[in-house]
Amino acid sequence: MSNLLANWLGPEEWRAVALSLQVSFWAVAASLPPGLFIAYALARWRFPGKQLLNGLVHLPLILPPVVTGYILLLGLNPNAPLGRALAEIGIVFAFSWTGAALAAAVMAFPLMVRAIRLAIEAVDPKLEQAAATLGAAPVWVFLTVTLPMVLPGIVAGAILAFAKAMGEFGATITFVSNIPGQTRTIPSAIYAFLQVPGGENAAMKLVLVSVTVAMAALLLSEWVGRRVAARVGGRDA
Amino acid sequence: MLEVSLTHRFEGIALDIGFQAPAGLTVLFGRSGSGKTTIVNAVAGLLRPDAGRIVVDDRVLLDSARGIHLPPHRRQLGYIFQEGRLFPHLTVRQNLKFGAWFSARTPPRAEFDRVVGMLGIGPLLDRRPGALSGGEKQRVAIGRALLSAPRLILADEPLAALDAPRKAEILPYFERLRDEAAVPILYVSHSASEVARLATTVVALETGQVIRQGPAAEVLGDPSVLPAGAREAGAVLSARIAAQHEDGLTELDAGGHPLFLPRIAGDTGTPVRLRIAAHDVILSRERPVGLSSLNILPGTVAELRAGEGPGAMVALDTPAGRVLARITRRSASALELAPGQSCHAIVKSVAVAPDDIGGR
Repeated sequence: MSNLLANWLGPEEWRAVALSLQVSFWAVAASLPPGLFIAYALARWRFPGKQLLNGLVHLPLILPPVVTGYILLLGLNPNAPLGRALAEIGIVFAFSWTGAALAAAVMAFPLMVRAIRLAIEAVDPKLEQAAATLGAAPVWVFLTVTLPMVLPGIVAGAILAFAKAMGEFGATITFVSNIPGQTRTIPSAIYAFLQVPGGENAAMKLVLVSVTVAMAALLLSEWVGRRVAARVGGRDA
Repeated sequence: MLEVSLTHRFEGIALDIGFQAPAGLTVLFGRSGSGKTTIVNAVAGLLRPDAGRIVVDDRVLLDSARGIHLPPHRRQLGYIFQEGRLFPHLTVRQNLKFGAWFSARTPPRAEFDRVVGMLGIGPLLDRRPGALSGGEKQRVAIGRALLSAPRLILADEPLAALDAPRKAEILPYFERLRDEAAVPILYVSHSASEVARLATTVVALETGQVIRQGPAAEVLGDPSVLPAGAREAGAVLSARIAAQHEDGLTELDAGGHPLFLPRIAGDTGTPVRLRIAAHDVILSRERPVGLSSLNILPGTVAELRAGEGPGAMVALDTPAGRVLARITRRSASALELAPGQSCHAIVKSVAVAPDDIGGR
């Protein structure tokens, strides 16, 4: 299957597809734990600066992606204090695929947090109280009651974030440029192919791949969401 | 034994109460807004009162003076909520075992089977709560609380969300719980008939204060404690089955006085609990003759209380216990009723429930 795909796509296009999948996967995987934490904090806790945090999380949704990418570049380039500090412990974002993943994660973060937060707000705190009276300490209440009931929201948020990461272009190209094999994801590759004469064919193939992956993600999220919702909704599955 | 003393201010009510709940079922009784649920939530640890002390069998759950406030999960209680609060993502079996996951002492398999059998929920074990009826949900909720190995059972109006047939379905389980569970049960209710049927001890509340507490028959014989006023008033009497007659009547022995009721199943000597609603009692100065009623109790007027409107409540001491009668003020003055006056109570109907006289 992947051979067939590789032959049909040609090495450069294939690299873009593989890189996009890699970047999007890690963008979602790495932002899921902090996303869950922040969604929980926004849904359940009261603390000073809550509105500020909420605004920060949502900022990438409203800012032009180029601006978000430029802010990341300013903060994390190897000459900036934060970028240098991270480079010393071996974490480099600038002009590498990890940077592309970070840009995608930042851009997808508001969508993920929003979906999870809504799901957490829909959980009746009375059920959590009931679990506590049955002897469950707060961590266990979260793991055995809250988390399973929030699962549909997490799945929806993750898939939404994955789709967003697959399509992320502006922040990525500004932050980590458009280096084949390093940071050239599908959108960057389509853009690059369209800049050269005769590139339309390759661009069209990538467009097809894009549409297919997006559709597959959508169908998958529908299917998983229905299954999990039936389970969590208490109906006999 | 549960001992509670609390002060707490909320929503304009100043709660300031103290009571003891011995073994058996103690009902917190009062109209909504009297602070019943607040007390239960404080006992459960879901609410932190301004000040107070809560002790279950020498185990201190709360002592604000000493800075002790155990979180709910360390209080070892079984809380039966009004709305059941079953976990929708778990099966009935998993719901029932939820408490055991966190308990140091896992109830043995036999205990699980006993509770499931008692509540008749065996066929439901593999289903999810979303597909259960209201009565089934509440039975599972009772089972879930019992199987968490509690030292105290709390129930906050567990029947309030159910219709009459479902109530009738659940009530017997609470009667069995009262008679079989070794731990105290604290039960919130505003229904006089529920209290009359279930309570061993009654703590009557009004706007944050305890106005009466004591054995059920004693407290319910006082018309002033009834939240719905005269409409719901009624006396609770204890009796035993004396004989089963061939014409379909059962003869009861209530304090040495016979009462005749349509057939009640049970052997001679079986204790039963009677509730006589105040509006089902007619008073007569003379012993009536030529009357179809079989149940006429002689007594003396203990208390006469004129309410608002045309009604009056008469408490009558009879050999069977204290009986309440709701009559009009006009009748009361026509009969010249006054404390100490002898009188006869003609009882039109009696509600019966099994009782747990054994030692309590």
